[in-house]
Amino acid sequence: MTYLTLALSLVFVLIPLALSKVLQLGLEKDTIIATVRSIIQLLIVGYILQFVFDAGDWFYIIMMVMLMIGAATQNARKKGAAIKGITWKLIITFIFIEVLTQSILIGLDIIPPTAQYVIPISGMVVGNSMVLSILFLNRFLAEVETHEEQTELILSLGGTPKQAIHRQLIAAIKASTIPTIESQKTIGLVQLPGMMSGQIIAGADPVQAVQFQLLILFLLLTTAVLSSVMLGYLSYPVLFNERMQYIKLRQASR
Amino acid sequence: MTEIDKAAIALKNVSYRADGQAILKNITGIFPLGKITTLVGPSGAGKSTLFRLLNGLKSPDSGDIHIFGQSISEYDPISLRRLVGLALQNAPMVSGTVMDNLQLPLKLRSEQMSEKEALELLNLVGLEEKFLYHYVQDLSGGQRQKVSIARTLVNRPKILLLDEITSSLDRVSQQDIEELIMRINKTKEVTILWITHNLEQALHVGDYTWVMMNGELVEAGDISLLHEPKTEAVRQFVKGEEE
Repeated sequence: MTYLTLALSLVFVLIPLALSKVLQLGLEKDTIIATVRSIIQLLIVGYILQFVFDAGDWFYIIMMVMLMIGAATQNARKKGAAIKGITWKLIITFIFIEVLTQSILIGLDIIPPTAQYVIPISGMVVGNSMVLSILFLNRFLAEVETHEEQTELILSLGGTPKQAIHRQLIAAIKASTIPTIESQKTIGLVQLPGMMSGQIIAGADPVQAVQFQLLILFLLLTTAVLSSVMLGYLSYPVLFNERMQYIKLRQASR
Repeated sequence: MTEIDKAAIALKNVSYRADGQAILKNITGIFPLGKITTLVGPSGAGKSTLFRLLNGLKSPDSGDIHIFGQSISEYDPISLRRLVGLALQNAPMVSGTVMDNLQLPLKLRSEQMSEKEALELLNLVGLEEKFLYHYVQDLSGGQRQKVSIARTLVNRPKILLLDEITSSLDRVSQQDIEELIMRINKTKEVTILWITHNLEQALHVGDYTWVMMNGELVEAGDISLLHEPKTEAVRQFVKGEEE
């Protein structure tokens, strides 16, 4: 695609702008900001990727992945601010999942160990892990708050903190992973997954594009379940002290 | 024998704060071994918080609590909570059936409860056997209180903390539970601490009483003190409750 054809694609920005103006939707400012930001951000990423691909150095690949993990952590930690040490718990979760998935992919020779494969797949893994973490934290904190009485009941009867929080933990893990599993059931029927569409447009053989998409799907399944489970088991202990007493959430973050 | 030896629970200068507020202020006193002590006083006096401290759900900010002569901090939290059973106000339930709730204390230590044992418990608290597999959300407040009492008994505690356990019960059920608790106290030598807003009940079941107000222990002693309070505050409280 040339820059001229790219410029022509701005027609698709002009349509909503015009509609917003005519119907007084008040979306003009946000539309322009979104357009400019996406152009700048993606172009920068494009140039950085080109540099990293050309350099072919593992140092740059690792730096890129760390940058992704940093941004994902920054995004997700706000949702878990009530949990003490959530930043580190997120970083540990993201790093663990990234290392595990890449080790399997590269170790079993599923993908070659080059930046061209490692970086986009890492982006999908970390991005998915971030979304799952946000979903999990949202639900977990809500479950913990609404079931405080049950938590205290189980403790009062001689249960351990893990037993006292088990129901809430499982409910949050299930609720956060269900969308991933459900969306896999209908994939391809309604919407072609983004990566597969991209490959097909770029001229790849559709069957090969499907194979890669399947790989990503299975990868994201692992990522989804692992993110929720790991974050859950790393997070629940901060809700209790060494005397196995439940610390209310708003106090736990202090 | 010193007073501490005769006490199931002894508190010395116990204070507890939450959210910057003093909930319990410098409480010193005992709960006699093998007796029923009723705790009375207006709402917000700190009675339920005191129970949470005794069951180990909270720790005092200062002062010490001795249970059977041993400092509460020396107990392993799980054994303490089984030794000092707590029937919580509002009778919270875990979702599921009455059976699920009755066997909860056993499941927590990976044991099972037979249907026969569960039915015996229902009989004990005066709940019909047909309720065993009813879902707890279908029970009335009074029925839940009965399940809660039965569930607390499963751990066979040596001290039983009862927090307003008959507030939703009708007169007859209330009397049945009073008789049951008095029987458990006599036959199983369980020390009972009972928070109640019902002075008539406090007088009927109690051997000993604590009157708490505004986080302080105002008067403690033989149950007869409710007839002849030493302080004006307690006199006013008793008069207010009788009216």
